[in-house]
Order: sequence, then C-alpha cells, then structure tokens
Amino acid sequence: MIYNLPFYAVIIIIAIGLYVIAFKRNLIKIAMGITIIQSGVNLFLITLGYRKDGLAPIYTHLPSQTSIPEGMVLPVPQALTLTSIVIGVAVLALILSFIMALYREYGTLDTYKMRRLKE
Amino acid sequence: MIETLVTHAPILIIAAPLLVAFILPLIDKVSKKGRNILVLCAVVFTLVLVIILYQDVIENGMRIYTLGGENAHVALPSGYHVPVRITLVIDALSIFMVLISSLISFVGLLYSFAHVKGEGTGKFYTLFLLMLVGMLGMEMTGDLFNLFVFLEILSISSAALISFYIRKGQPIEASIKFIIISSLAALFVLFATGLLYGEYNLLNMGALANEINSQTGGLTLLSQLAFILLLASFALKAGSAPMHMWLPDSYGEAPGAISMFLVAGTQASLYALLRVCFTIYNTAIDASIIGGLLIILGLVSIFIGVTMALIQIDIKRLIGYAAVAEVGYIFLAVGVGFFELAQGELSAYGLKALQGGIFHIFNDVLDIGLLFLVTGAVIYMTKETNLNKLGGLARSMKYSSFFFLIGLVAVAGLPPLNGFASKILIYEAIYKVSPLLSIIAILASIFMLAIFVKIFYSVFMGPKLSSLSDISEAPKLMLASMAILSGIMIFFGLFPGYIVDNLVTPAVNALVDNFTYITTIMGGI
Amino acid sequence: MSLDTFGGFWSPLVWLLAFIVTFLIGYILWGLGEKQHKTGEQLKPFISGLAEGSKEDVHVKGGNIYWGFTESLKEYYKYATKMHTGILNDYILWFIGIAAIFFMVVIIPGVIW
Repeated sequence: MIYNLPFYAVIIIIAIGLYVIAFKRNLIKIAMGITIIQSGVNLFLITLGYRKDGLAPIYTHLPSQTSIPEGMVLPVPQALTLTSIVIGVAVLALILSFIMALYREYGTLDTYKMRRLKE
Repeated sequence: MIETLVTHAPILIIAAPLLVAFILPLIDKVSKKGRNILVLCAVVFTLVLVIILYQDVIENGMRIYTLGGENAHVALPSGYHVPVRITLVIDALSIFMVLISSLISFVGLLYSFAHVKGEGTGKFYTLFLLMLVGMLGMEMTGDLFNLFVFLEILSISSAALISFYIRKGQPIEASIKFIIISSLAALFVLFATGLLYGEYNLLNMGALANEINSQTGGLTLLSQLAFILLLASFALKAGSAPMHMWLPDSYGEAPGAISMFLVAGTQASLYALLRVCFTIYNTAIDASIIGGLLIILGLVSIFIGVTMALIQIDIKRLIGYAAVAEVGYIFLAVGVGFFELAQGELSAYGLKALQGGIFHIFNDVLDIGLLFLVTGAVIYMTKETNLNKLGGLARSMKYSSFFFLIGLVAVAGLPPLNGFASKILIYEAIYKVSPLLSIIAILASIFMLAIFVKIFYSVFMGPKLSSLSDISEAPKLMLASMAILSGIMIFFGLFPGYIVDNLVTPAVNALVDNFTYITTIMGGI
Repeated sequence: MSLDTFGGFWSPLVWLLAFIVTFLIGYILWGLGEKQHKTGEQLKPFISGLAEGSKEDVHVKGGNIYWGFTESLKEYYKYATKMHTGILNDYILWFIGIAAIFFMVVIIPGVIW
C-alpha cells in the first residue's frame, strides 16, 4: 500500500495542475500550472522504474548481495525523465519570455482581457 | 556511392538541416549571401536525398536504420530478441509524409528569401530549419519517446516563428496560446508513453504493436487509457473541432510562408495519430467505436470550420478556418477506413476511403499552402489584412490573382484540379457508411467555393481603390514559389491515377498492414 | 490516366477535352448572334436625375458580401461566436472535456460488460 503512494501523488499533482490551467486567469499562474503538470509527469516516469530492494543503476557488474532478479531499478525511465526535465526548462523559458513581451504590448496579464483574436 | 548514400539517408535527412541550423548564426555574422546559399543547399540536399530514398523504399520495401549499432536487437537469455536501440523506420507512409514536408520547406524557403527582411533574419532561418527537423523526425521515428522529443522541437520552433514580427502584440497572443496548448498535449503524450512503458516494458512502436496485438483477453485498462490520451492529444494538435480554436489564431498571425509550413506541421501530428490508431492498436481496440468518434470529429470540424469562415474579415484567419474544414475531411475518411477495419478485411469501401484521405493530406497542404502564399504576397505589398479595406488588386497584381484562382478551384474541389480527385474518392467511399456523410461533405465543398469567391471578389475584383493606387506586382521569387505549387497541383489534377497508384497506394497498404511492419522490425536479427 | 474510385472511374483528360469542345461550341454560337454595342448617354443608369456615385463609393466591401446569408442564420452564429471566446482557459476546458467524453465512450462500456 505504501509503495503506491507516489502514484496517488502523481494523480493529485496532475489534477492540481489541470485545475490551475483551466480556471486561473493570471498568465503567470497558468505557466506555473504547466510546470506543475511537468513535475507530475516526471514523478510518474521515475516511479515506474522502482523495484523493491533494487540498487541504483550505476554498476557495470552487479554486486553479489542482490536479492531480486533485476538487481537494479530500471535505468530507462531515468533517462526519459532527464530529457523531459530539459525540455520542460526550455518550454518554460519560452513561455516566460512571451509573457514578458505580452505585458509590454497589452499592459495586462489577464486572459479574460487578452481577447483581440476572438471569434 | 549511391548504395552508402541510400543506406545512411535516414540519418542524413535529419542531421543535415540540424547541423546547418546550428552553424547558421556564425555564418550570418560573416556574410548574408553565404547564409542564404547555405540554407538553400541544406534544403535542396534534403529534398534530393528524400527522392532517392523514395525510389528505394517503393522498390525494396521497408527500411530500418539503427542509430549507433548494427541492428536494434538485444538477445535475451531465453532466445527472445527485443529491439532496444533508437531506430528510424521508413515505410511507404513515412516517406510520403517526409516528401510532403521537404517539398513544402523548399517552396517556403524560396518564398521567405523575398519576404523576410530586416535584422534578425539569420535567426529566422535557424528556426525554419529546426522546424523542418522536428517534422522530419516525427515522421521517421520508430519509437514513442523520440516522437515526444521531436513533437516538442516542432512546437517550440513553430511558436517562436509565429511571433517573429511583433506587429501590435497579436502574434504574441497567438504564440502563447499555441505554446501552452502544444506543451499540454505533449505532456499527455509523455504520460501515455510512460503508461505503455510501465505496462509492457517497451518503447519501440513495432515491439509494442506485437505485444498489444498478440494479447488475449482484451486490453488492460492502462493500455486503453494510454490510447485515449494519445488520441485526444494528437487530435488536438491536428486541429479537429471542437478543440480547433488555436488554429485560426496561429495561422492568421504567422508571417508569410510560415503559415504554409505550419499546415505541414499539423499534418505531421495527423501522421502520428494514424500510426497510433492503425499500426500500434490495430484491432485490439474496439475499432467501430473509435471509427465512429473519428467520423463525428470530422463532421463537426467540417461544419464549424466552413461556417465560421464565412463571417471573418481578416484574410489569413479566414483561410485558417478553411484549413480546419480540410482537416475534417481527412478525419472523416480515416474514420470510415478505421470503422471498416473493425468488420474484418478492408476489401470494400474502406481502402478507397483511406486512399482518398491520404491523398487529401497532400492536396490539403498544397491548396491551402498556395492560398496562404498569395495572401502573404497581398499583405506584403499592401500592409493591409482587413477585407473591408482591400479591393481592385487584379489590375496591378495579375499573376497573383491568377494563382489565387487556381488555388480557389483546387480547394473547392472543382474538376479538373487535384482537390476534386481526392474529394471524389472520399465522397464515393463514405457513401456506404451513411449517405448523410456524403451530403454534408459535398455541401461543405460548396461553402468553400463561396468563401474563396468572397475573398477573390473583394480583394482582386472591383474598382481600383484610391488608397491602394501604387501597388506593384509581388517580387519574382514569391511568384516562382507560387508557380511551383501551381504546377504540382495541375500535374496531380491531370494525372491522378498515376499519383494514386505510385504514391498513395503503397502508403495505404503500409498503413493498414501492420503485420508486415511488426515482422520486419521484430524479425530483423 | 484515370482514377479508380469506388463507384466508377474519373478521367480528367477526357473531362478537359469535353470542356474545351463544349466551350468552343458555345463560343461559336455566341459569336453568330447579333452584334449590339451601343455607346453614349442611353447606357448610363438613371437614378431619378441624381449623379451617379463613383465606382469606389458604391462597391460592396468584403465583409458585407454575404449579408443575406449570415442574417438568416443569426441564431446559429450567435451561438457559434459565443463558443469561440478567445480565452485560453476555454481552449483547455474543451480539450479536457473531449478527452473525458472519449474516456467515457471507450472505457466504460468495456468495464461494464
């Protein structure tokens, strides 16, 4: 039961992130919501690879006191997570620079008022 | 020599624009002409390699390229071979989409040489090449995580290119909507990839297809949830209603040829949707329900796209809504094909519907691309985007109005151009599912004719306005790129049988027949 | 080079030939008619003696061309333009709504039976 706790945390984090994106009006809060969803997905990827009593995947040959067949936690999701974190940083930098330019042109950060491109 | 070139062509197609994209800011500081020549060489090199690879794939079948190793497999102690390396898989559908992307990039580059002026154009070409790399990578990849990475590359460079000119702040608003929606869709794709990895311990698309299709007793809940997330995210990125609202915003505010390139980018997401539906989850998912959902999405897209386009006043936004309707046609045809896949073999109307749909992908990019190029030329010469302030331009811009007329005839589906060829395949094949679908599709074509006649009449015909009295013809490079697109459209329209037999039918056979895909990837030891 | 559709076939070269032949027949028949070409005062429009406006002023602008059509479909357009609000949060809500509908249609029937 306690080993399922990170998965419950992932669901709660993604739900909070979706709530922030869908219902908050300030653009900075929407950018924070995107970051929260990124954190949730990264946590999910790392938690997938956990094997109980596994060692860190940094050995070339397994030490002899491993008790499970795999021996280590899975290394592939850790590689996926690193790539995803880097992509998340790039997207966040782009969103924040757009917000800065948008504030200079429009004078407001409210999505309910940024509607020049409607209908 | 040609043998080595063909063997390494998949990685050269992605690596050449990527390398040139990162060298370009350095060359830009030295000389401007050298930068232009280098970008043109990169794009022409990619196009030539794609054409050579096309001949090889049509003759010899699917091709797998493994990065950094001899073959992609690792032999487990039980004798089972698992593909673990990063692979580029080229089958007939992939090379079809890669041909579309590289052709449109060549035409767009010629147009951009005349359109983009001022400082910072070195960064424009860097982002342009990065967008091309994103598209080519999405269409050639062999595993799901690579799809996510190239999807993010495409989204980031597209978002930066949409707001390249800060006019009054509107392109930045379009850009921020685009990047937030794209990154949300990409995060859900990553979540679905994680779900599939946790379920089957595999990321390779061929190996996943093998596991999913050979599973007895139906799919588990997690696999179905992954399918739902992938379907919804790629349908959002492809621009199907009612999630389409970012599409007219971003197409309408992008400069010149970038709108055309963005259309090719959304077709890359449509390609990913086709891969997920037809190759990975062939009949393991309940195909009649999913086919019905795709048909409903297509119908709603056609209806909303065409009726909302009728009341627009901004030129490019109007063509953006027409692009939504065209994507609706493709969803309709693919939905009918998938629906018939559920009832066994695709022997009756399903194959024709899929041929119409895949042919329509190419025709959609060509037609809407030509219309975007012509309106880009009009906006470049007159600096006006409002339909109420334009008029009587056919006297001064003769060739542009002629090309717009060709684009109008093609996108409305009038004979003898290429729009009619793919649309008649779609009309006659979806009739078997329900006659109502055919009726709505034909009515939407009539609406499209009405929409573009509205633009043609109000922009090009009519009396000469006094505020636009000193407009001259568009620059020669822009006319050359429009002429290339028109020539291809007329060729596709006059010889549709040749195109469908040689380009479209191998692609549809590769799409439907996932058995060949799986055995080539798993069996190549 | 004809295209093989589901119901029959479509041959654009034959169509083009038929179009050119029909156009030529129509053009020759049009040319055999009476040649009427009057010029002068009799051909100007009569607006009760008022001066005719310049062509630029009476030209119907682009946004107003299909006025009759959009006026008759006002109810639908009122609903449709209210749907396209332009607010970013609504775009996300549409995406989540459609994903939820997909979820309910695909997964719930499989779970129930």
